[in-house]
Amino acid sequence: MSDDRDPHDPRLERIRAWLGQARFFAEEIYSTRYRGAIARARRDEDDLFMLLVFSEMMGLSNPVAYYTLELQPLLLERFHDWHRRMGMEHSPLDHFKCC
Amino acid sequence: MSAIVLLVLGLGAMAAGYFLYARFIAERIYRLDPDYKTPAHEYEDGVDYVPTNRFVLWGHHFTSVAGAAPIVGPAIAVIWGWLPAFLWVVLGTIFFAGVHDTGAIWASVRNKAKSVGALTGDVVGKRARSIFMIVIFLVLLMVNAVFAVVIAGLMMNFSSAVVPVWGAILVALIIGQLIYRRLLSLPMVSILGVIALYALIGIGPSVPIQMPAEVAGLSGNAVWILILFGYAAIASLLPVWVLLQPRDYINGLQLFIGLIVLYGAILLMNPTLVAPAFNDNVPAGTPSLLPLLFVTIACGAISGFHGLVSSGTTSKQLNKETDARFVGYFGAIGEGMLALAAILAATAGFATFADWQAMYTAFGQGGVNAFVEGGAFIIHNGIGLPEATAATLLTVMAALFAGTTMDTGLRLQRYIFQEWGEIYNQQWMKKSAPATLLAVGSCLLLAFGAGGADGSGGLIIWPLFGTTNQLLAGLTLLVITVMLVRLKRPMAYTLVPLCFLLVMTIAALLIQLRSFLEQGNHFLLVLDIVVLIAAILVAMECASALKRSRAETLESQE
Repeated sequence: MSDDRDPHDPRLERIRAWLGQARFFAEEIYSTRYRGAIARARRDEDDLFMLLVFSEMMGLSNPVAYYTLELQPLLLERFHDWHRRMGMEHSPLDHFKCC
Repeated sequence: MSAIVLLVLGLGAMAAGYFLYARFIAERIYRLDPDYKTPAHEYEDGVDYVPTNRFVLWGHHFTSVAGAAPIVGPAIAVIWGWLPAFLWVVLGTIFFAGVHDTGAIWASVRNKAKSVGALTGDVVGKRARSIFMIVIFLVLLMVNAVFAVVIAGLMMNFSSAVVPVWGAILVALIIGQLIYRRLLSLPMVSILGVIALYALIGIGPSVPIQMPAEVAGLSGNAVWILILFGYAAIASLLPVWVLLQPRDYINGLQLFIGLIVLYGAILLMNPTLVAPAFNDNVPAGTPSLLPLLFVTIACGAISGFHGLVSSGTTSKQLNKETDARFVGYFGAIGEGMLALAAILAATAGFATFADWQAMYTAFGQGGVNAFVEGGAFIIHNGIGLPEATAATLLTVMAALFAGTTMDTGLRLQRYIFQEWGEIYNQQWMKKSAPATLLAVGSCLLLAFGAGGADGSGGLIIWPLFGTTNQLLAGLTLLVITVMLVRLKRPMAYTLVPLCFLLVMTIAALLIQLRSFLEQGNHFLLVLDIVVLIAAILVAMECASALKRSRAETLESQE
């Protein structure tokens, strides 16, 4: 019985590899078709979050500015992506230059 | 004649097409290059441009293009006998669809993965692009109207399928949540989903739901059409992961299982083709085979819709350019196989010739109902499944496909309305809800306008849908041909199919124009004229674009 459960049994390894492969294909097939649509929806949500974090700079009062201020450096790279995506070569904010 | 012989002949010819003709086209005409950096690598962003394994991409491509159309078209066209439909499906797949689909991927990959619409603007001209937009809108309009009529007919005729068809949507909603919240692994969810779907199919015959013939002054058929559009409108507005993604996935699994069951049953039973090879005794009012066969079977032989998928999402995910042959050509073969199964079910699935004749009493009759009944007869005799269960299985397969196409089509139509809102600066039209309402409204107008208040006559527009779909294919072939001329490569392999399609389309439109005029159906007469104008514009655009690009190449040679 014990060698049946040997984790290095080549037969078990092969089955495991095969299952892993099947799982990979199933997940790829599940996600391929709508990958773009879902990533775009997620990006929209992220943009909204970024708007909240940077709201003070655009003149919108933010009751939790004390906390979101800390997040600004973390969002630096995403902010850079965002303004490039929106067709602006450089940061549109006066006090927040990323490039 | 034995169905197995026809099956082997058809599959053998398609296999030869893949190994010989497709190789020639890929190596000599498109000259696919394994070292070419595809847009998936060049612009890789994890959103749209993602290099994808070719088997996965084929699965995506095939399940996106396969719908109810390759079932409905051939099942209507066998009214002229099985031979014309068989030849057009097999030869169309080999020489038309495969070349067209592979070519659309190639053209798009060589042009930054742009869509055929954008390519028409770049390669052929601005004018052609406007025609393209109109043709696309007409195709979507007709596909939604026709499929609503098809599903409504199925729901009325096969009441045992009502519970499984709507239950499948519930299954998809649950699967979507299980996967989204990572409650179960995907292989586990797939197995559970398939079991749940087939359990529903199993219990379907014992809980039939029959819509009364008349509800509040409307026919049962019309009520189903309204319910279906209500569903499609909601489905097209939901986030994709909630319903569309899990449902397409479960549909894809179901498609493969359904095809295996049907082909397996044909092999085990070896039914005889009861329908004649050529039907000399067609019911009165059946239009002539030439040219109508070539627009009745669009999907399954050549379909412009494939070009939209090929150049839309497939080309952005192609890992190597040489994969285009496998994904595009073999995708077309998958569709051809579905059409072949539909032909066999609708011609061999009857006990006697008289039974078959009773099904095909008029042009447009039979169709998907013949596929379901014939297929159920074969499955019952081949693998012993009760006939009611087998009929439910095939109805669910056809209805789910048509449903998927409907809400995708409605979503695309909504985008077009929103784009028009953008172009003509109409704020209200840019919003999702009003744009969806406009899309649904235009489809309902067509579904009821074509066939009267009960909506049952909507299938009259099937050939008209075919012509529009072929026009779209013609525009894609034009883009490919112009590209080939500019590269100084042989253009006959795409030009001959292009000319053939245009001639058949215009001839079919003229014949239908006469019959609509004789019937006094002014609504369809106007629609026919609109499509005819688009067809003539496409033909003239072809002539001028080819003349221009030939002149350019000759000039550059001098």
